[in-house]
Amino acid sequence: MAGQKRHAEPAAGNGILSRRLLLEGALVAGVAGIGSGASAEPLKVQSWMKIPGAGFAGYGQPSRYEEKLVRLIPPPPNPATQGVGAARTPLQLLDGIITPSGLHFERSHSGIPDIDPEQHRLLIHGLVKRPLVFTVEALHRYPMQSRIAFIECGGNSQALNAPQALPLNVAAIHGVFSCAEWTGVKLSTLLDEAGVDPSARWVIAEGADSAAMSRSIPLAKALDDALVCLYQNGERVRPSNGYPVRLLLPGFEGNMNVKWLRRLKLAAEPAMTKDETSKYTILLRDEKAWQFVFPMEVKSIITRPSPGLALKGPGFYEISGLAWSGNGSIRQVDVSADGGQSWARAALHAPILPMAPVRFRAPWQWNGGPAVLQSRAIDDTGAVQPARGAFAAERGLRGVYHYNAIASWRIDEKGEASNVYA
Amino acid sequence: MSMLRRLALIAAAVVTTPAFAQPPQFGQPIAPADLAPWDISIGPDGVGLPPGRGTAAQGEAVYIVQCHACHGEKGVGRPNDALVGGIGSLAPGSVPVKTVGSYWPYATTLFDYVRRAMPFQESQSLTSDELYAVSAYLLHLNGIIGRDDVLDAQSLPKVRMPNRDGFVLFPRNPK
Repeated sequence: MAGQKRHAEPAAGNGILSRRLLLEGALVAGVAGIGSGASAEPLKVQSWMKIPGAGFAGYGQPSRYEEKLVRLIPPPPNPATQGVGAARTPLQLLDGIITPSGLHFERSHSGIPDIDPEQHRLLIHGLVKRPLVFTVEALHRYPMQSRIAFIECGGNSQALNAPQALPLNVAAIHGVFSCAEWTGVKLSTLLDEAGVDPSARWVIAEGADSAAMSRSIPLAKALDDALVCLYQNGERVRPSNGYPVRLLLPGFEGNMNVKWLRRLKLAAEPAMTKDETSKYTILLRDEKAWQFVFPMEVKSIITRPSPGLALKGPGFYEISGLAWSGNGSIRQVDVSADGGQSWARAALHAPILPMAPVRFRAPWQWNGGPAVLQSRAIDDTGAVQPARGAFAAERGLRGVYHYNAIASWRIDEKGEASNVYA
Repeated sequence: MSMLRRLALIAAAVVTTPAFAQPPQFGQPIAPADLAPWDISIGPDGVGLPPGRGTAAQGEAVYIVQCHACHGEKGVGRPNDALVGGIGSLAPGSVPVKTVGSYWPYATTLFDYVRRAMPFQESQSLTSDELYAVSAYLLHLNGIIGRDDVLDAQSLPKVRMPNRDGFVLFPRNPK
């Protein structure tokens, strides 16, 4: 078993093993400490095998033993303005790449509107040959496309701008990130029908919430891969994600993927809405701020181990996480257990899709000592996820939005994980 | 196949081809007057601003009734966003206090946002005069216009915001 022995050898410092251990499905029996050694309890026939189970439900629910699998909802700054804020996806408790629809993150500016799809309308107007109104029923008659895509709030991971590392978990730091299969009509199809005027450069998209949330979108993106979505993971888009119609701009910051889409106005200039001036702009080290920051740049996070998911003694663990880029596909993910002093490549799980997260995994033999776990993603444009120092050197740490630097979990001798800067 | 039949087939093909090539068209045309109630966009050039007028002196009363509970005395903030102050706080090394006065590049955005989204419990409920007046009040509290300066569709777009030149385009957007 020479091959096994080779795989069980460290691929990077502090116990990171070769990803081939996972890729080739090789047995890991050769790895020290893989089993607990103690014998299992004698087996008994459980009660649920002796009586019939429950009947059928119209809409299935998770097991009652999974009650803690819920979104994290930080209290709003003002109880009177309920529905302002976010519900954050518990990525540390999920695996694979798809976020169940009920756990997809939600960022709302004025609550979730209760929209009757019969009365909802989508208006396309402005610099077009003929303004058009679409009923939801009409939108369903067009040819549809599906794609798996992430949506990441522009403000995701902003807690890592703080001068001191805060004691937060994956959901609290990185939880305004989710992924779904989205299905709908290409926006270009609808724009072609309205007839875009040659002078148009922007599309001002607006939601039917009571904030009429609005963003200016470059026409090139609208004509490229923008999707007017009717379905999320196979069922109609959830109210918290824009029922009955939401815009998907693959790879672009979440705020631009306007929910409850009711209006698209073609224009020569951007509207300079509240959310593209006073918010979602990145104040740099000097007094200038980046505006119209569209793509969510290359990034990865380790979801397990992570704060709240303590290791149970030294031995074998899988380091698992998500990597994504708003500029394309993930080419490579490296992991480190020694705070970035040495790296080994993680295994990437198919499918590897543009503007979609990739699940990565790396085998790790924890020796029971201190460790700092990091992941670093590289996308197919060659962009490398920056270290926190390099990230801060370019833009400072006052920018709030689009934080994509390498994140670190410290593992202490008890196996507890915590957020650190390393 | 007879020549006649062949011609008939060709003619049929010519007639039916456009029907196949025709993309689906399920949008309903709408006249500009009929869509106007939905067109609430206001650009930095002021296009879309409604008739009406107001001053800071008039806007103070609107603010106290509609805004004070969430945005605090004279817009200082808490529990919700601060609307006033922070001018100069964007300087390198400072902790930025981003308000209408210190950060927002266009006064038209203030009018547009208040009209579409405020007051929180009842959006799109203020009259145009109230919107001009409360916008004037917030600009006055930030020291940008005078207490009796009149805001209307002509004067609002001409208001020069302190951070008007504070923004640069992100250098790594897709081409």
